[in-house]
Amino acid sequence: MNIIRYQNQGSSDLAKAFDRFAVLRGELDRLFDSSFAPVFRTPDSFSRWVPALDVYQDKDQFTVVAELPGLKKEDIELSLHDGVLTISGERKQEKKGEEGYRSERFFGRFQRSVTLPTGVDGNKVKATYQDGILKVVLPKAEEAKPKQIEVSVG
Amino acid sequence: MNIVSQEHQKSGQQPTEQVTYAAPYVDIEPAESGYVLRAEMPGVNRNGIQITVEDGNLVLVGQQQPLSVSGEALHRETRQLSYRRVYELDPSIDADRISARIDQGILTVNLQKAENLKPRRITLE
Repeated sequence: MNIIRYQNQGSSDLAKAFDRFAVLRGELDRLFDSSFAPVFRTPDSFSRWVPALDVYQDKDQFTVVAELPGLKKEDIELSLHDGVLTISGERKQEKKGEEGYRSERFFGRFQRSVTLPTGVDGNKVKATYQDGILKVVLPKAEEAKPKQIEVSVG
Repeated sequence: MNIVSQEHQKSGQQPTEQVTYAAPYVDIEPAESGYVLRAEMPGVNRNGIQITVEDGNLVLVGQQQPLSVSGEALHRETRQLSYRRVYELDPSIDADRISARIDQGILTVNLQKAENLKPRRITLE
């Protein structure tokens, strides 16, 4: 399976380089589960929001789960194209006021894509958003489901 | 992101059960009459929230609802842990007037300053 971390929206090489730092940092934060991560974390040009994402599979369907706290349903965009599910959107700040005492949270646009290993039926995809968790259920296409084949020996 | 497993060294007793928590990301802003704190706790609903004030500390705990998905994980990044974060409470905050709500995984806590600590004008006799 191929998990694409992000798709670059900027075009310059510099922007791309910064994006790579941001993605790397998101990965490292998760990898180390460090107690210090929030302490040192300030949203800056090297960081961007990389929401955590899971992919599950059973014989009939894939389920993609993403942690997207604090969004409005209408601010989440989902697309399925050539077997690639893309989740994107924007998180708006609750109140843009004075400078906060502490800011660890990210705001702005995010995007994540997942290439699904087998075909899915695009017409039957269902998504729910509850308690800040997005859950997308993608039923497998009939031809992609495992089949039992009877072998007759004769 | 954060693993905080504490609580035991304070009382000196043997840990009976070690619970691993994740520290949620938090923003704190000044508000009209105090502060507003917002913590990211995806997967937590109102039943999973526990807010306590003890020894001048504000303790925020959020227990995640179990994720209901079928099948095996092909790829996993979510930690599916409970959240916990402790803040030393500004003594001017009125502990009896702390209010909170949770909406789409964002816990909002309103901390208001005690009335008698607000600046007030004293008139001379």
